[in-house]
Amino acid sequence: MGVHSIRMPDIGEGIAEAEIAEWLVSPGQMVREDEPLAAVMTDKATVEIPSPVAGKVLWLAGEPGDILAVGAELIRLEVEGDGNLAPGAAEETEPEPQPQARPPAAPPPPRPAPAAALRPEGERPVAPPSVRRRAREAGVDLRQVRGSGPFGRITQDDLSAFIASGGVAAAPGPRPDTSVEEIRVIGLRRKISENMARAATIPHITIVEEVDASAVEDLRARMNADSRGEKLTPLAFIARALVRALREQPMLNAHHLPDDGLVRRFGAVHLGIATQTPGGLMVPVLRHAEALTLRETAAEIARLAQAARDGGARREELTGSTVTITSLGPLGAIATTPILNAPEVAIVGVNRMAVRPHWNGSAFEPRRMMNLSCSFDHRVIDGWDAAVFVQRLRQLLETPALIFMEG
Amino acid sequence: MREMSCRLLVIGAGPGGYVCAIRAGQLGVDTIVVDPEPPGGTCLNVGCIPSKALIHAADEFHRIARLAAAPAMGIAATGATIDLAATTAWKDGIVSKLTGGVAGLLRKAGARLVAGEARLRDGKTAVVSTPEGPVMIHAELLVIATGSEPVELPSLPFGGRVISSNDALALTGLPESLAVVGGGYIGLELGTAFAKLGSRVTVIEAAPRILPQYDAELTRPVMQRLAALGVRVLTGARAGGMSATGALRVALADGAEDIVAEKVLVTVGRRPRGAGAGIAELRLEMDGPFLKIDDRCRTSMRGVHAIGDVTGEPMLAHRAMAQGAMVAEIAAGKPRAWDHRAIPAVCFTDPEIVSAGLSPEEAQRQGVEVVTGLFPFSASGRAMTSGREDGFVRVTARKDSGEVLGIHAVGAGVSELAAGFALALEMGAGLEDVAGTIHAHPTRGEALHEAGLRAMGRALHI
Repeated sequence: MGVHSIRMPDIGEGIAEAEIAEWLVSPGQMVREDEPLAAVMTDKATVEIPSPVAGKVLWLAGEPGDILAVGAELIRLEVEGDGNLAPGAAEETEPEPQPQARPPAAPPPPRPAPAAALRPEGERPVAPPSVRRRAREAGVDLRQVRGSGPFGRITQDDLSAFIASGGVAAAPGPRPDTSVEEIRVIGLRRKISENMARAATIPHITIVEEVDASAVEDLRARMNADSRGEKLTPLAFIARALVRALREQPMLNAHHLPDDGLVRRFGAVHLGIATQTPGGLMVPVLRHAEALTLRETAAEIARLAQAARDGGARREELTGSTVTITSLGPLGAIATTPILNAPEVAIVGVNRMAVRPHWNGSAFEPRRMMNLSCSFDHRVIDGWDAAVFVQRLRQLLETPALIFMEG
Repeated sequence: MREMSCRLLVIGAGPGGYVCAIRAGQLGVDTIVVDPEPPGGTCLNVGCIPSKALIHAADEFHRIARLAAAPAMGIAATGATIDLAATTAWKDGIVSKLTGGVAGLLRKAGARLVAGEARLRDGKTAVVSTPEGPVMIHAELLVIATGSEPVELPSLPFGGRVISSNDALALTGLPESLAVVGGGYIGLELGTAFAKLGSRVTVIEAAPRILPQYDAELTRPVMQRLAALGVRVLTGARAGGMSATGALRVALADGAEDIVAEKVLVTVGRRPRGAGAGIAELRLEMDGPFLKIDDRCRTSMRGVHAIGDVTGEPMLAHRAMAQGAMVAEIAAGKPRAWDHRAIPAVCFTDPEIVSAGLSPEEAQRQGVEVVTGLFPFSASGRAMTSGREDGFVRVTARKDSGEVLGIHAVGAGVSELAAGFALALEMGAGLEDVAGTIHAHPTRGEALHEAGLRAMGRALHI
């Protein structure tokens, strides 16, 4: 028997450290070759680390949320034959003074689904008095808790798991809730937090403009009516308009790097699409939007959004954007103040589309109106340039033929 | 009029009221508890404690008297005598020690005890007639814990030769003969004690059998013991009034009989004190003669709780205590509700009866299929060595899961097993849990282990 040590691999160019997002094994567990051991997270991508050998998990390097340097020891396995760790070397390189005393990283708590239905009326749940009291104080109706004991007896652990899974409060009606829960800001949420903190140091200028989307919506409906393939969304048109407008104002398709004292302007339009995923906000990147047709744009946006939501987006699909669109769709409000996706210098926020009365000079007519809320890095973009850009976007969307005109 | 105010006012310092006040005091709730009698209520003054003292004295006397009549275990004794006045004084000493102890506990917890008869003026005010004059007490929350009292029969009003359980515990001379009207647990406990002390005892019970709230299997050993002690038990019998000659008229199923008795002890039940002390004027919703309460002991009036005998059956001190502690915690703002699975009940007859949870019949009435396991003390080594092999422990469990639903026992000294029975039920034990617990040998408690094993068809010692 030997000990095989697995180190944090180099998972991407220029990545010096990665965060343990989740342990997929626990100490004592047998793993096969190629079985995933852990999910680790870099800038925004989560990568599973497969096991190079078969063996039994001896030791894990930390808790989810811990950050390990590339090359740091990640996990130790007990393997047949000699391992790659010399006997005795284990003690020397042991990062923890007493690995045996260390509690094993807890596997994610089992989450028993709430019982499909309450126990029959009159049938009392079986639980010892200590569990009953704790349930009452936590506002949990024990009839909804599945007991793991014989004849469904509810243990303290069952109640803890139920509460952890967001158990259902018992009595209807308001009751004081004195609970305080500490949620570690780890993984994607920590990345978002860091990015937002960085963006907050940027002086933003935000311009909100009203756009009459009736023409582009008519066009979209016509194109979808004789549709082949992917349905066109308003976002695809906005993306095309944005690419067109950037062609005229390339300074807005850039990264501002104040530490280096430069603005890096890009020929390529790598369009970040802010996307809500179960884990939080992600920004998959539509690469080379300048080289795509309308239908290709629509198809690629749909694919990327799905990949981001499924967690299947590759690392290169989540990095390298040069400008970003953020849209909350029907939730899009009247106006928003988009936060820049640093180090970019422009972000286009798309607000909700609604039919509103419009004065055409002689009468009110119903028009499909939509606001655009756009923010810019005011250190390098003046208000004038920002306003010109937003007006151009509006013009393109109100007269969509202009988007597709040559030249 | 002197005035006082507090957050929590408890009317009645019985087991419910004093526990409520102690717990509330511990939790920092400003509490006053009012009672005209020394604290402890029926339980300490005229119930549980004095009756157990009398029963114990009767047992000791009876044991010696029996050895005098028929030596056993190699022991012979001569001429036991009893001075009932001295016995009563011994009992009174215990009672005053305990009531003094409760007063001390109340003080220690920071609750104030006001001696006097309370009369409620409304749901937040009471006027107490104290020896120093009336005191008006204002409270934010009220707890009615006025308890219960012996029921009087119209044909046999208390007084003279007709006595209540309270009077029976204060006798200074042993009655040569005693007629006990009512074969419930109070009448049988006292009747048995007086029979052991030498009285000629007749029990008159209207129901077809004594202790009608228990199943026949449980009461059979008690019946047999009563017969052995020479107690005459008339069932299906109704006591009328006293005849011209001073005998007790009893109507039997097949005729009538006049029973000559020096004292007639009427123990036909207890009545809640749910109307006096101005309670009736609050117009609280009633449940028969009892104050209606919910699972938090709340009455129909906001801020008015009720606990103990005044709220219904079972009229047991430990039920009142649990309610009192719960209401105190509710008054302190904690989320509490009544969610107990079992209120064990002990009948200190000879042999004693313990019931906790459901009997097989009760479970079946609820539509639950059950298995039972019964272990007789006749197979217990400890029972043999203590010279009492009558009785048994019986476990009732769900047939499908083995969840224990009830544990019952009858036998000498089984009252001390009640703790384990109730713990098993509250913890939600199954038969396997009972079987998987090591029970100390040699004890009567092993009968629980064996009964659990037997319910699973795995008994070892039978």
